[in-house]
Amino acid sequence: MGAGHGGPLGAAYVARDTAVHRLPAHVSLVAVLAFALVVVATPLDPAWAPAYGGYAVLVLAAAALARVPAARLARGLVVELPFVLFALLLPVVARGPRVEVLGLSLSESGLVTAGGLLAKATLSVLAATVLAATTTPQDLVRGLQRLRLPAVLVQILSFMVRYADVVTGELRRMRVARESRGFRGRGPGALRVVAATAGALFVRSYERGERVHLAMLARGGDGRLPAGPAPAVPVGTWLTGLALPLSAGAVLAAGVLGA
Amino acid sequence: MHVPDGFLDAPTSLVTGAVAAGAVGLALRGAHRELDERTAPLAGLTAAFVFAVQMVNFPVGAGTSGHLIGGVLTAVLVGPWTAILCTTVVLLVQALLFADGGLTALGTNVVLMGVVAVGVGYGLSRLLVRLLPRTGTGLLAAAGAGAFLSVPAAALAFVGLFAVGGVADVPLGAVLAAMGGAHLLIGIGEALITVAVLGAVLSVRPDLVHGAAHLRRPADLATRPGLRAEEALR
Repeated sequence: MGAGHGGPLGAAYVARDTAVHRLPAHVSLVAVLAFALVVVATPLDPAWAPAYGGYAVLVLAAAALARVPAARLARGLVVELPFVLFALLLPVVARGPRVEVLGLSLSESGLVTAGGLLAKATLSVLAATVLAATTTPQDLVRGLQRLRLPAVLVQILSFMVRYADVVTGELRRMRVARESRGFRGRGPGALRVVAATAGALFVRSYERGERVHLAMLARGGDGRLPAGPAPAVPVGTWLTGLALPLSAGAVLAAGVLGA
Repeated sequence: MHVPDGFLDAPTSLVTGAVAAGAVGLALRGAHRELDERTAPLAGLTAAFVFAVQMVNFPVGAGTSGHLIGGVLTAVLVGPWTAILCTTVVLLVQALLFADGGLTALGTNVVLMGVVAVGVGYGLSRLLVRLLPRTGTGLLAAAGAGAFLSVPAAALAFVGLFAVGGVADVPLGAVLAAMGGAHLLIGIGEALITVAVLGAVLSVRPDLVHGAAHLRRPADLATRPGLRAEEALR
C-alpha cells in the first residue's frame, strides 16, 4: 500500500503527472478555498447565471487539465444527494409569489434560491473533488502544516490519515470473520454482535495508539513530527495554482461592474 | 448530512468559523489534560476509529439500519475535549477528501457536530451520571440519553443558524418540523448504537472508558487470615 493508494482515504486520488498534480499541496488548498469563497460570494439571482456558467467552465477546465476522469467527478457529486432532495423541496415550501410549473404551484423565490444553492454546492464539490483527485492525503496534511494549522491538530490528522486504512482494514477482517462463522446481520440481536465488533475495534485502535506512542518514545520521539525546511514556492507556481480562483474572481468582478 | 458551501450567508459562516476555531483551541488544551503527551497518537487513532465506524451499518430494528455519528460515544470513551478534536479532524478529512461538507462551511459543521452535539450530549450524560446509580447500567443509560439528545440538539442549532443566516425564504416552522422530526428518529438510532458499543467496551476494558472513571474501585489487598508474617513477606 504505497503513497496513499488503495484504502478508503487514498481512493479519491487519481495518479497522474500533470501541472495540477505537481502544485504544492498548500497552493492547491488555498486555490480551492479561494474558489469556494468566490462562488459563495456570488449573489443568488437569475441574472448571475452566466457567472455560474463561467465558474463551471473554469472548474471543468481545471479537471480536464488534471486529467480527472468524468466518472470520478460524477462519483464526487454523490455526496451532494441529500442536499439535492432539500433543494427540490425548497420551491414547494418557500414563501413569496407563486408560479405555475407543470401544473405545480411553486414559489418563485424558492425556485431561484434552490437553483442558486444547487449551483454553488455543485461547483464547490467539483473543486474539492479535483483537489482530492490531484493531492494525496499525506500531501494534504503537509499542506495544512504549511498553512499553519496548530501543530497538535496536524499530528492528530497525520496519525488519522496514516492509520485510517489500517483501522478500516481491521474492521473488514472482523466482518469477514463474522460472516464466515455464519453471521447474518438481521434483527435486534445483530445489533449486539455488530456493536461488539465496534467495541473491539475501539479497544484495538486505542491499544494501537498506546503502542505507537511507546514506539515513538523508544525512537527518541519528543512529541513533535520532524519536518524538513519547506522549499520556497516560486511566484510562477502560485500564479498557476491561483489561476482558477483569480479567473473566477475576474468573472465575479465583471458581473459586479456590469450590474 | 453536512452543511455545504453557500447554504448560510457569509457573516454566519464567519462567526461559526471563529467559534469553531476558539473551541478547537480550548479543546487542544483540554485534550492535553485528558491524554497528556499521548494526545496526538491516541486522538489520531480514535479519529481513525470514528471514521471507520461511521461506515458500519448497524441494524437498529424494524428492518432499518443506521450509522453512528459518534460524538457522545467518543466523549464518554476518551473525554469530551478529545472527542471535539476527533470530530473536527474527521470533518476536515471528509471535507477535503470526499467533498462532504463545504470548505467555507467547515466552521459551521464543527460547531454543529463537534461543539453542540458533544457539548449538549456529553453535558446531559454527566448530569445523569450524578443522578443515576453509580453502576455500569447507570453510565449506559446516561450515555444513551446524551447520545439521543445530541442529534436533535445539533439539528435545532442548525435551524437556529438557518433562521439567522439562511439564504432561503422558508417558513421556519416547516424547517423545524422537518429537521426535528427526522432527527428525533436518528437520535433514537444513535442512542441504541452508542449504548450497544459502549456496553461492549465496558464489558471487556472498563479501564479504558474515560466516563467510567468513577466506577473504578481500588483493589482491596488484604492478607489471608492465619498467614504468618514471614510467609506474607515472601
